[in-house]
Amino acid sequence: MIVERRGWTARSLKLWLPLGAFMIFTLFPFYWMAVTSLKPNSELYNRKIMPLIVYHPTLKHYVDLLSETNFLLWTWNTFVVAVVSTAISLVFGVMLAYPLARMRFAGAALISFAVAATYLVPQPLLFIPLADIINQLGLGDTLTSVILTYPTLLVPFCAWLLMGYFRSVPHELEDAARIDGATRLQTMFKVFLPLCIPGFISAGIFAFTLAQNEFLYALIFLTQTDVRTVPVGAISELVKGDVFYWGQLMAAALLGSVPVAIIYSFFVEHYVAGLTAGAVKQ
Amino acid sequence: MMSASAPTFAAAAPRPRRRSAFRQWTEREGVFGWLMVIPPLLFLLALVGYPFIYGIWLSLQDRPVARAGTFVGLANFVADWKDPVFWQVTQNTFVYTIAATLLKMVGGLGLALVMNQEFKFKNTIRALMLLPFIVPTVLSTIAWMWILDPAFSIINWLLRYFEIANPGPSWLGNPHLAMLSLIIVNTWRGLPFYAITLLAGLQTISPDLYEAATIDGASAWDRFRYVTLPLLRPVIFIVTMFSVIFTFADFQLVYVLTRGGPANATHLYATYAFDVAMGGGQLGMGASIALAMLPPLALIIFAMSIYMKPNKT
Repeated sequence: MIVERRGWTARSLKLWLPLGAFMIFTLFPFYWMAVTSLKPNSELYNRKIMPLIVYHPTLKHYVDLLSETNFLLWTWNTFVVAVVSTAISLVFGVMLAYPLARMRFAGAALISFAVAATYLVPQPLLFIPLADIINQLGLGDTLTSVILTYPTLLVPFCAWLLMGYFRSVPHELEDAARIDGATRLQTMFKVFLPLCIPGFISAGIFAFTLAQNEFLYALIFLTQTDVRTVPVGAISELVKGDVFYWGQLMAAALLGSVPVAIIYSFFVEHYVAGLTAGAVKQ
Repeated sequence: MMSASAPTFAAAAPRPRRRSAFRQWTEREGVFGWLMVIPPLLFLLALVGYPFIYGIWLSLQDRPVARAGTFVGLANFVADWKDPVFWQVTQNTFVYTIAATLLKMVGGLGLALVMNQEFKFKNTIRALMLLPFIVPTVLSTIAWMWILDPAFSIINWLLRYFEIANPGPSWLGNPHLAMLSLIIVNTWRGLPFYAITLLAGLQTISPDLYEAATIDGASAWDRFRYVTLPLLRPVIFIVTMFSVIFTFADFQLVYVLTRGGPANATHLYATYAFDVAMGGGQLGMGASIALAMLPPLALIIFAMSIYMKPNKT
């Protein structure tokens, strides 16, 4: 590295000033969420007082949210949908990625291309025909509708990420297992896949956050309160016509974000690895 | 690679076993590979391939919701072509995509360069920085909706407090400001993805190159222009392509913040198609609007790949 001596002024200008400004921009909406959710209505709708802090914090909005709406049910729905669709996507992702990354066979290149193309299909292109199909199948207002459709967004991504990961694993162990008489299936399950746990965590955590984030399909397929997910429930039931229940909205936004943020905080490194895997070849 | 010859080795293995012809057949590389990929491929074919074709079929019909459709040929697309709102939507989508992508690209690159220094708490800051990207978009957008609220906007409170403006603008009520607000919120959400990915790209550039450039008398700007930028080009290209596709097809932000208003000033293809299909019950018409997003999207990606081609210097 080039070592140049600089005073702390230069360093704060080049590092802390831009970084600080950006962090304020990034984190302010979350601070605002938290502060707003703790304000009593008398402070919330008062234009006179300084709005940046809470004078008389209250948990009323949280109590109302949990007692008057189906928020807990929405949270449960979101969780079930995210977990099941992530699991399906990982299984299908492995089934695509293992042969494509580790074997040579006719048509492999075409399949890889098709998977990449599927990943780039924007969701709004499909929601109208899918809505009609879901209706015809009688799956409207069931969690099955989103559990079936979310993997269409997640499988190509998981397959793509896992292919990159699988390629980086050396061939020797598999070859040894094959020579010892293991079948391809045994080699895959007992020798190869256990080596790839970090890849699964990356793909899984990414798929999980994507599933939590999905909104369009959930909005269209889930119109009954008892099957809704958190984003759809919050936006459809805490806004009634022109009336916004701001305190509850903020409480819902915060409570809905916390589980994702906690899971993410445990796996930041894996998440970043997954995020950058596609663009950066190490 | 091992293929049909495996059984020969199996005979010498500790646990020899007899294999049926079927077993041998499935052990062949081509067969095993295809048997593996067929189930997920069928799944994707059924829920991506089929809906896509069905969407094209819908776009050629007059198809009110819950009733049978009648084939009308290209009539829906002709109607789109003559619809002034459709052109407004096209313009909005381009403005939104181009402005937000440029902001994210420049801001993300700047932030990545700032982050590419040694400092304390780097990992913590990086983790916090990604929060907008991982928190469900609709939920963080709710916070932005309150920040931009017509009566209780914190921005307007600050403007009043510092006596810059009173009462302050209506951020989501004015057509231009509404578009600007959407662009800012989209940037807020997408910038971390750029920054973190470009940072990972920066870290793969060998310090030796900078050292060599410095010895040859290159200034900081020269080093950025002739070392960093060319080497980062492939990463920038891929990140931008993703960002463009998902910004062009954005739905959530607009649906939550403005619903396309005021007076269609912020409708994008996705929200307009949603309004026509789900609000107006015209599935065929809606499908045609959604499909109409493909040619301009292809055009943007084509233009990008000419100007930003990774192997161009």
